[in-house]
Amino acid sequence: MPYGPKVIDHYENPRNVGNFGTQEQMKSDKRVGVGLVGAPECGDVMQLCIKVNEQTGKIEDAKFKTFGCGSAIASSSLATEWIKGMSVEEAAELRNTQLVQELSLPPVKIHCSVLAEDAVKAAINDYRKKNGLPDMAEDHDHAKAG
Amino acid sequence: MALKLPIYMDNAATTPCDPRVVEAMLPYFTEMFGNAGSRNHSYGWAAETAADTARGQVAKLLGCTDKEVLFTSGATESNNLAIKGVAYMYQKAPAGQSGRGHIVTCTIEHKAVLDPCKRLQKEGFDVTFIEPPADGVVTAEMVKAAMRADTILVTIMWANNELGTINQVREIGALCKERGVIFHTDATQWVGKMPTNVEQDNVDLLSLSAHKLFGPKGVGALYVRRHRPRVRLQALQEGGGQERGFRSGTHNITGIVGLGKACEIAMAEMERDALRLAKLKSKLEAGVLAQLDSCVVNGNAEKRLPHISNISFGFVEGEGLMMAVKDIACSSGSACTSASLEPSYVLKGIGVGDELAHSSLRLSLGKWTTEAEVDFAIEQVVQGVKKLRVMSPLYDMHKEGIDLSSVQWAHH
Ligand SMILES: Cc1ncc(COP(=O)(O)O)c(C=O)c1O
Ligand code: FES
Repeated sequence: MPYGPKVIDHYENPRNVGNFGTQEQMKSDKRVGVGLVGAPECGDVMQLCIKVNEQTGKIEDAKFKTFGCGSAIASSSLATEWIKGMSVEEAAELRNTQLVQELSLPPVKIHCSVLAEDAVKAAINDYRKKNGLPDMAEDHDHAKAG
Repeated sequence: MALKLPIYMDNAATTPCDPRVVEAMLPYFTEMFGNAGSRNHSYGWAAETAADTARGQVAKLLGCTDKEVLFTSGATESNNLAIKGVAYMYQKAPAGQSGRGHIVTCTIEHKAVLDPCKRLQKEGFDVTFIEPPADGVVTAEMVKAAMRADTILVTIMWANNELGTINQVREIGALCKERGVIFHTDATQWVGKMPTNVEQDNVDLLSLSAHKLFGPKGVGALYVRRHRPRVRLQALQEGGGQERGFRSGTHNITGIVGLGKACEIAMAEMERDALRLAKLKSKLEAGVLAQLDSCVVNGNAEKRLPHISNISFGFVEGEGLMMAVKDIACSSGSACTSASLEPSYVLKGIGVGDELAHSSLRLSLGKWTTEAEVDFAIEQVVQGVKKLRVMSPLYDMHKEGIDLSSVQWAHH
């Protein structure tokens, strides 16, 4: 599978790899939202964590860990880069198509970007739930291959 | 000395041609280009002589007579001819009926065996696909249990192309002999690497391919036993009646000369090569396993070819892994199912779970693999897996003692 230069760059030098402690620690921290999407038997699992500043409501830090192909790693790496500094509401607007465009992903790799979008949403929902807010509604369809 | 990158560790897929083989072939392109079927001039005679010489070289490597060697375009054709050729010749009922006869094979055979068997199944033959145990080795016991009164053919590969595991060929052959059942083996990965003797090993039909033993692509052979029993085949390709009518078509003389030369070289050098490669392979596996936890070498540890190593790495994904080992040309178990890449049916066939089947590498060494290349491979595999594990949420969970099967995964 030939990869574009941006995918290779994120794969070689992934930004923001990590998390905010163990699963237990993250669970008990109200500032942290964790999104875990995918499944090992599908060959892709993405964990994306956000840390929200309680005063500003902005995402002050974001981290990812991805078990997946180069495009999945690049999509999650880029997503963390983009949402850092955004408000939670802004980050919720992130669309997989933006990742596809920036990384020049081929059609077979679109689902890798969908996974990253889903991971951001899941992290935001986890954060909202911890803070007594309802889930964001699913209000659009993903751009799919073909 | 600087290594040429990527280093080649995919010798089970194909091998480079030995320069001595190329040299032997060259005159047959331009000077002795004749058709072995031309009886009236020296060009034809030279080609015929060359084919005869090559037949002798192949026969010597297999321990059979010259007349028992048929030239084909490779192992795929040899397998098709052996399996369908026997089925149609020994069928118990004509086409269009069921109960035409029973065939025994195994789920982890090469597609060039499985697909002909499946075709025959559709045409009214019964096929039993033996499910091998976790170590991948097919034994005579398993074959015995699968046999029926109407079994006409057993086809079990000598060594598996993905795992390198070696089946109990001699014992399976003895069993078949005792029952009067024809025994075919796809020996593509075995011949030229390990000593072969179709008499002692009780083989009736054997497929091989030149490009796996440092010969050219697109040429191979089928051994067909002529005595005790005399195996009959129905030809699949009809025409000029070459190869005693079993395989029509003008001889690929350059390829045949190359195959013969490759067999001659293998005869002289395989023992030494096998010893050297076994050491390198042990070094490779030990080096990787010493530095990485949660890895498994797939297939039986002892009953394995000296040059094929198949390793699964827990908590890393196949395609990411291939990127991490970009300077090693090798094969992978495959990647994410979402990209509709299925994990290897061979690894699944021996019970390797989907996750590990996705993240495995087959590293296969060859005649020219050096110790420096093996050291390089160890280093790159270890660094690559470590890098991916730093990024892997699954490895974190594993280290935190979380049972991955207890996690609620969001399937998609
Ligand atoms: C076990 C086995 N059988 C058959 C084949 C097919 O050989 P060929 O490419 O010569 O048709 C291969 C090689 O891919 C193989 O490894
Ligand atoms: S995560 Fe499935 S191919 Fe990228």
